[in-house]
Amino acid sequence: MRLEPIANPGLARSAGLPAAAIALTVVVASLLALLAGADPLATLGLILKGAAGSKFALLETLNRATPLIFTGLAVAVAFRAKLWNIGAEAQLYAGALLTVLVGTQLGLPGPVALPLMALAAILAGALTLLGPVLLKTRLGVDEVVTTLLLNFIMLLFISMLLEGPLKDPLGMGWPKSEALPRDARLPRIVDGLRLHWGFGLALICALGTWVIQTRTTLGYEIRATGLNLQGARFAGIPVNAVMVKTALISGGLAALAGFSEVAGLKGNLTLDISPGFGYTGIIVAMLAMLNPLGVVVSAIFVAGIFVGADSMSRAAEVPTYIADILLATALLFMVLAIMLTRFRVVRG
Amino acid sequence: MGEGRQAQEVVLRLDGITKRFGALTANDGIGFSLAKGEVLALLGENGAGKTTLMNILFGHYTADEGRVEVFGRPLPPGQPGAALAAGVGMVHQHFTLADNMTVLENILLGTEPLWKLGLGRGAARARVERLSHDFGLAVHPDAKVGSLSVGERQRVEILKALYRDARILILDEPTAVLTPQEAEALFATLRKALAQGLSVIFISHKLHEVMAIAHRVVVLRHGRLVGEVATADTDRHRLAEMMVGAEIAAPAPREAVPGPALLSLRGVSTAGEGNSPGLRALDLDLRAGQITGLAGVSGNGQGALAELLSGLVAPISGEMRVADRPVARWTPREALAARIGRIPEDRHRTGTIADFTLTENAVLESYRDEPFARTGLMDWTAARGHAERIIQRYDVRCPGPETRIRLLSGGNMQKLILGRALEAEPRIILANQPVRGLDIGAVTYVQERLIAARDEGAAVLLISEDLDEILALSDVIRVISDGRLSPEFPRGSKTPAELGQWMAGQGFDHAA
Repeated sequence: MRLEPIANPGLARSAGLPAAAIALTVVVASLLALLAGADPLATLGLILKGAAGSKFALLETLNRATPLIFTGLAVAVAFRAKLWNIGAEAQLYAGALLTVLVGTQLGLPGPVALPLMALAAILAGALTLLGPVLLKTRLGVDEVVTTLLLNFIMLLFISMLLEGPLKDPLGMGWPKSEALPRDARLPRIVDGLRLHWGFGLALICALGTWVIQTRTTLGYEIRATGLNLQGARFAGIPVNAVMVKTALISGGLAALAGFSEVAGLKGNLTLDISPGFGYTGIIVAMLAMLNPLGVVVSAIFVAGIFVGADSMSRAAEVPTYIADILLATALLFMVLAIMLTRFRVVRG
Repeated sequence: MGEGRQAQEVVLRLDGITKRFGALTANDGIGFSLAKGEVLALLGENGAGKTTLMNILFGHYTADEGRVEVFGRPLPPGQPGAALAAGVGMVHQHFTLADNMTVLENILLGTEPLWKLGLGRGAARARVERLSHDFGLAVHPDAKVGSLSVGERQRVEILKALYRDARILILDEPTAVLTPQEAEALFATLRKALAQGLSVIFISHKLHEVMAIAHRVVVLRHGRLVGEVATADTDRHRLAEMMVGAEIAAPAPREAVPGPALLSLRGVSTAGEGNSPGLRALDLDLRAGQITGLAGVSGNGQGALAELLSGLVAPISGEMRVADRPVARWTPREALAARIGRIPEDRHRTGTIADFTLTENAVLESYRDEPFARTGLMDWTAARGHAERIIQRYDVRCPGPETRIRLLSGGNMQKLILGRALEAEPRIILANQPVRGLDIGAVTYVQERLIAARDEGAAVLLISEDLDEILALSDVIRVISDGRLSPEFPRGSKTPAELGQWMAGQGFDHAA
């Protein structure tokens, strides 16, 4: 058996296979529900209802999608250049840290503070990824290892700060920072509901990333570098500089997830602002085939599964772990579908 | 030598092998047989179907029709292990050895079960040493493969095949990477193998070698078997005609009118890399309106010189002047700015980005310049127009500019690269193996374009391992050996044999 590239996959292939992937995911989910002793159709219905069944549910899904759009974009940008940034989690926390520092320590009025907090966060995230990428371009150190390990270093560093200098004196001993002042928070899009303007910022970033990738010389350089490093270098593309620029953009985007979560939702810095958004961003980006606009769709899809599964588990006797399994199977089937749209399997 | 062997035992028989890839018929009813103790040459241009045929023999492809018999027994199709088990061993053009392991480990790898690697070494070593003695394949079993010369690595590959009890050896372009002396040693080994009853298939397009070593020749062209002759009954000229299907008409360039040197190297050295030597105190002038041909055995510094002119490496010592100005910073961008048009050796990995469209590949070297980009924004309409212009002017056969370039044939890919380089109106042209692997039509086209560029005043450096190509196109010839350059030989001043001596490294000592 071997793979033969397909020159022009027809509509049946390029639309049918992803649809089949989703259908297969639903089948696996149904089997799991059966295994847990619940009615599969009812379980799926509950997930769907919990994710999009009401205005509240839908806004909650978009809310959860917001950080995933940022981390998904961060991963999509980096992976295009074959820069394997597994450290979006660390960059997210670096962004969250600077958001809180600028927001609580400088005593600036809100309209000045918010943009400054965002800029500081972007800078912090970009610098967090700068180290690994310089080690990669200068010394050939594998960035998968360095970015992954930085996640743990960053968490421990934040933990140290929250137990020490940044600890909220009024926090009853909990490891959390002082809260941002009211006017240094992102306003809500709809009054009374939790969805905040971080979501709007995420959409703008997705559009901006798409423009960079498809319309600018930098995007062209990033794609060339990722597809063929040797060819790009021969053509005069400064591949190391491109890597560094890619890293700055990627780290900045991931950091905005931290900014948006702190300034839009939580109001202060704790060690649980991210339940692995940085890692889930990899799934989001892969499902979107690294397309920035696709990232928005896949982030909402992934967030919907999480929010829906949470809500379902409150109503039925099926554990929320089903969300993780659903995501994993959706990813595997989707990757397979993507491969089969580009290649056909032939015998001999 | 051929007639006495006809009656002998047939060890390998191919019968009516046909293999189609879509519209292309790579092998069309090919059949021949190999006798015990015989050397059969498989002759054909790149793309004639030699590789496909060997892939069918080794079970990597399944033939649409036809059958393979080894020692009278049919070979099950599509099973990569079957040919090996039946006693057929192949030495590939590109070696398949692990650099960080020893010779002995490489020979055992894939032969012995992994958990036995540590055990039973004594017996294995004795066997390797005996084989190496019997066949004149001198190589130390404990040497790391990474430290071996190319010729020694080839010996390891042959030993590996012999260790697996190969009775039929297939050698794919075995002399492409060897000096004439190493090639002579290889032939001595082959003669010993024949004396021990082995049979050999020798894949090559070098006619003089085929005449020297083979008993019979099978010629493939466009997937068909077009001739089968005993070497005793033919000569090089007739083989060449059979191979390309017509009288070979090399473009006949008119006399050059050389101008001033556009690029000069004085005592330039570069760092070597792995097994490829760097340049050693090179002096070179590339003059306007002149084609300088660089002859040499593969891996003697051609790559280093090409990388230098491409801007990929900078000199570590000596002076490099372009258009009479000394070069300080030297990168591919500077090389392009100095108007060096570059046709790289590897069009798939260096010259193009396979998953980019023709449009994207057409502006690969100029995407930052107007009209393709303004203030960092790409103008894809202008880029597409440029691609269409190249497609039209350079006869690139393709479905359209938005096709991914990986779907094009090698010849059309090369025409796009050529067009991309020439449309920038280069003053200096680096053409590194510009026609390797192309069909004869594309070869003539590329060569004529290079001559036309010369006539318009470009300084051309033509790097080729094919001495006939160098002799046909060059106004002056330099020979490279171990990173050093011979003096400049004007067209017609040296015979191929004399150049061959320089290629083997003779003459350099008193010249240096």
